[in-house]
Amino acid sequence: MIKKRIIPCLDVKDGVVVKGIQFKGLREIGDPVDLAKRYNLLGADELVFLDISATQTGNALMLDVIRQTARELFIPMTIGGGLKSIEDISAVLNAGADKVSLNSAALKNPDLINETSEKFGTQCICIAIDAKWEESEQDWFCYTHGGKERTDIRTLDWIKEVEERGAGELLVTSMDYDGMQNGFDHTLLSKIQKEVSIPVIASGGAGSAEDFVSLFLETDVSAGLAASIFHDEDVTIQEVKDLCDTKGVPMRHV
Amino acid sequence: MIAIVDYGLGNIANLSNALHFLGYEVRVTNKVSELEAADQIILPGVGHFKDAMNRLNDLNLVPELIKLKESKPFIGICLGMQLLFEHSEEGDVDGLNFLPGQVKKMTCQLPVPHLGWNKLNASLPSLEEDVYFIHSYKVHTDENVVAKANYEEDVVAIVQKDNIIGIQFHPEKSGDKGLQILNQALKGGFNQ
Repeated sequence: MIKKRIIPCLDVKDGVVVKGIQFKGLREIGDPVDLAKRYNLLGADELVFLDISATQTGNALMLDVIRQTARELFIPMTIGGGLKSIEDISAVLNAGADKVSLNSAALKNPDLINETSEKFGTQCICIAIDAKWEESEQDWFCYTHGGKERTDIRTLDWIKEVEERGAGELLVTSMDYDGMQNGFDHTLLSKIQKEVSIPVIASGGAGSAEDFVSLFLETDVSAGLAASIFHDEDVTIQEVKDLCDTKGVPMRHV
Repeated sequence: MIAIVDYGLGNIANLSNALHFLGYEVRVTNKVSELEAADQIILPGVGHFKDAMNRLNDLNLVPELIKLKESKPFIGICLGMQLLFEHSEEGDVDGLNFLPGQVKKMTCQLPVPHLGWNKLNASLPSLEEDVYFIHSYKVHTDENVVAKANYEEDVVAIVQKDNIIGIQFHPEKSGDKGLQILNQALKGGFNQ
């Protein structure tokens, strides 16, 4: 039986891990390679690095982080943040990433999904979506640039389009729930997983081990991702996995 | 020395990292002389079956690989395992035909790709571990099967026929247990 995955996310700016609260007010957390190693020992099933550097120097530091991590850790690694072209994607894959996550660049140029999934294989193209509920429209819309810019693209339309274009996985962040630590957005995530047949990683809102249990019992998503609660050691990955196991959600143990 | 066949497909860096970590000398190459000098051959691969066969043909590597598998331990990983079989639906092309079997698209109700950690079922206890899979096509064969996983339906995970081994999952991405399985494959495999 396939295991539900627990994925820590490391937002990296200029080579240092940071994490925002609802995408604002960044604070520094630590060295990405050290954190990655710690999470690996605690049972992380996969690592996601999001590069939020805005400079070329920052991007180059990210490639070093990927190389160093890939030499020491042998679990899957996904890289996102600012990847715009086939060349950008080639660089991170060659450095040792297994998957890339595309967000703004895919919304701006959807053909990029077709081109990259044909060139690198659908399995390494993960489409990241920042979704926000809009009361007046009674629907979710996609946001770009780390949640700063709204697009006119409806999230439930976009997920079907990216699947058709060759995405191998979705990483869905609920902007309404992100940073609130009140649990994942089951309404949004259930709707999305029902509409697509590719795996979905849920993101935004994890505040406790119980939140992961509810996520897996109440939706069909394949994985849960979190940053702050793991960085702040409110709860460890091991604790999440132990609780999931006792509640009937099978986990992989190291 | 282990030669990883370089035909422009797949995440060779990580396989190479894993082999270095295990203490092996590694060469990533498509040169005939280097392949012939190697003690073992690994055929990696991620991506599209037809694209992979086209690249092997463009590099004139198919006759060479046929020769190598007669004389050396030969391990195919992920798409590299699928290439060892007769034919694939992905692009409707013939494979290397080292082993009997067909590669077909997975048709289960669960999400495809089959992505994530799944437990191996094998008669060898050392293989009963969670390992990392990521694939949308799978091998159909009744012969030479060493380990399977279950994903609504059986998924052939490891095959071995004498010196030829195929591994569908990514041992280089399956943590410490994956590295142990990779090492076991390189030390002669799973047929006791």
